[in-house]
Amino acid sequence: MPEPRPETLTINMGPQHPATHGVLRLLLELEGEVIVGTRPIIGHLHTGFEKEMENRTYHQNIVFPARIEYLATFIEEMAYVLAVEKLLGITPPPRAQVARIILAEMSRVASHLVFLGSSAIDVNVSSGFMYCLQDREEILDIFDMVSGQRMMHGYYRIGGLHQDLPEGFEARVRQIAEGLAGRVDEYDSLLTDNLIWRKRLEGVAVLTPQTALAYGCTGPVLRGSGVNYDVRKAFPYGGYEQFEFDVPLGRNGDAFDRYLVRMEEMRQSRRIILQALDRLPGGPVRLDDRKIALPPRGELVRSMEAVIHQFKLVSEGLHPPAGEVYAAVESPRGEKGYYLVSDGSNRPSRVRVRAATFNNLQALPAMVYRGFIADVVVAIASLDVVLGDVDR
Amino acid sequence: MSGAGACVALLRERLRDLDLDVTEFRGEVTVIVPAAQAFEALRALRDAPGWTPVLTDLTAIDRFPAEPRFEVVYLLTGYSPPVRLRVKARLPGEVAVMASVTGLWPGANWLEREVYDMFGIRFEGHPGLTRILMPDDWEGHPLRKDFPLTEEPVQFSGHTPKVPSTIIPKSPPRR
Repeated sequence: MPEPRPETLTINMGPQHPATHGVLRLLLELEGEVIVGTRPIIGHLHTGFEKEMENRTYHQNIVFPARIEYLATFIEEMAYVLAVEKLLGITPPPRAQVARIILAEMSRVASHLVFLGSSAIDVNVSSGFMYCLQDREEILDIFDMVSGQRMMHGYYRIGGLHQDLPEGFEARVRQIAEGLAGRVDEYDSLLTDNLIWRKRLEGVAVLTPQTALAYGCTGPVLRGSGVNYDVRKAFPYGGYEQFEFDVPLGRNGDAFDRYLVRMEEMRQSRRIILQALDRLPGGPVRLDDRKIALPPRGELVRSMEAVIHQFKLVSEGLHPPAGEVYAAVESPRGEKGYYLVSDGSNRPSRVRVRAATFNNLQALPAMVYRGFIADVVVAIASLDVVLGDVDR
Repeated sequence: MSGAGACVALLRERLRDLDLDVTEFRGEVTVIVPAAQAFEALRALRDAPGWTPVLTDLTAIDRFPAEPRFEVVYLLTGYSPPVRLRVKARLPGEVAVMASVTGLWPGANWLEREVYDMFGIRFEGHPGLTRILMPDDWEGHPLRKDFPLTEEPVQFSGHTPKVPSTIIPKSPPRR
């Protein structure tokens, strides 16, 4: 007589669900409370960014990256701008490079704070959410001061920055960076020593290094499994090779290790910010090449040549040589890359956004297999998904 | 294995009858292989001693109206020592079919589905080649160059939909 097959139950989670951090839909197959199958269904937030970018000039495209991945905005802008600069074969002035690193690391801290807060609220530590978002708000205030926008900055330019850093910037950043150490320690004692937090995270959603590599996972998800790969160290970009910092690694590959990696990354970001503040050089923040960067505003009233350059750049845009480049940065979610193909005209003929979370999310079924349904929430939170980045 | 040059040398040694075309631009090495042998070349690269390459990205380029129309692009990354290598295969527009690499890297699953969704390139041997980002009943493949970028019609009167991308027209190459 054949064995009776165990009954499985298929349930739907999302796309409108507070624990999916956006519009992610999961089809879960359950045996009792145990998950035997997971199918993520994505695309609800697809907006065709790649197509849009292929139909605009290089300069117009600066506004898109921050909208693709809206939690680590300055890192996103940096990735795109670096790709165009690589295509053109130029390097921005030192002041712009260091300023970009300060802003990128602040973005990383802001993004990790959102991860921490939203993970905390997912396992019902709702006070953690409030504290984290309050701290993030202070960082966003600095972004506001620098670019006029809290999130969608459009502050980087091909060949530098839109304008110089505002007065009082260094003092504000230093104040926040100094205070950050104490804040992270506070979260550490609030969560790392919290029995419920540990019970919910330890040994949950384990990702082996083999699986992580097979799915192309990057960022804290990969490093939580103990694989040492950080784009800032492996393929240094934008001047990161001049800074000292460590790459924290996990051992067990569970949600708790990924949390610890991100906590340590915030401390390392603080280290980079303090080093960068100490060596922030003076000088211009934009290249002096009139074929690439807009002339300074003041020159327009004095020089006819500057007006012509301004007109050509605005009405037509710059023309990089034909070729293709891939520029990657380490975003809070992993390797974020822009692959640009130029045919020599004023528009990229192909823009490919390599999204870290797209690959990371693919490992979700392997992570939650044979786990409990309640742990799916923890698994998604520990991946730190941004659906705008997944769906583009 | 040190550097992308060593990977190219290994490919030449392993697959002697392979017709390789190697280009370098801004320090990035691209290897163009015939589409029929792309799978073999990628397998040889994956199994090469001294590195364990990760499939960082898999995408395609539409070169419409040029022929062969499509290029499928594989970006391989070795983590230690850090190496990047781009492998490309060219496909004609009428029969855009590639061998799937999901057997080599399981992570290629979603990436190939995205290329199918956006370009209509089919991957032989893929476990479930369906649309991933666009709705299931969508017609056409949006990232093809002959797929127009349009604005959705709106309900109120007196508005003619404009394509924002025509504000700055495309200009011919320079230099």
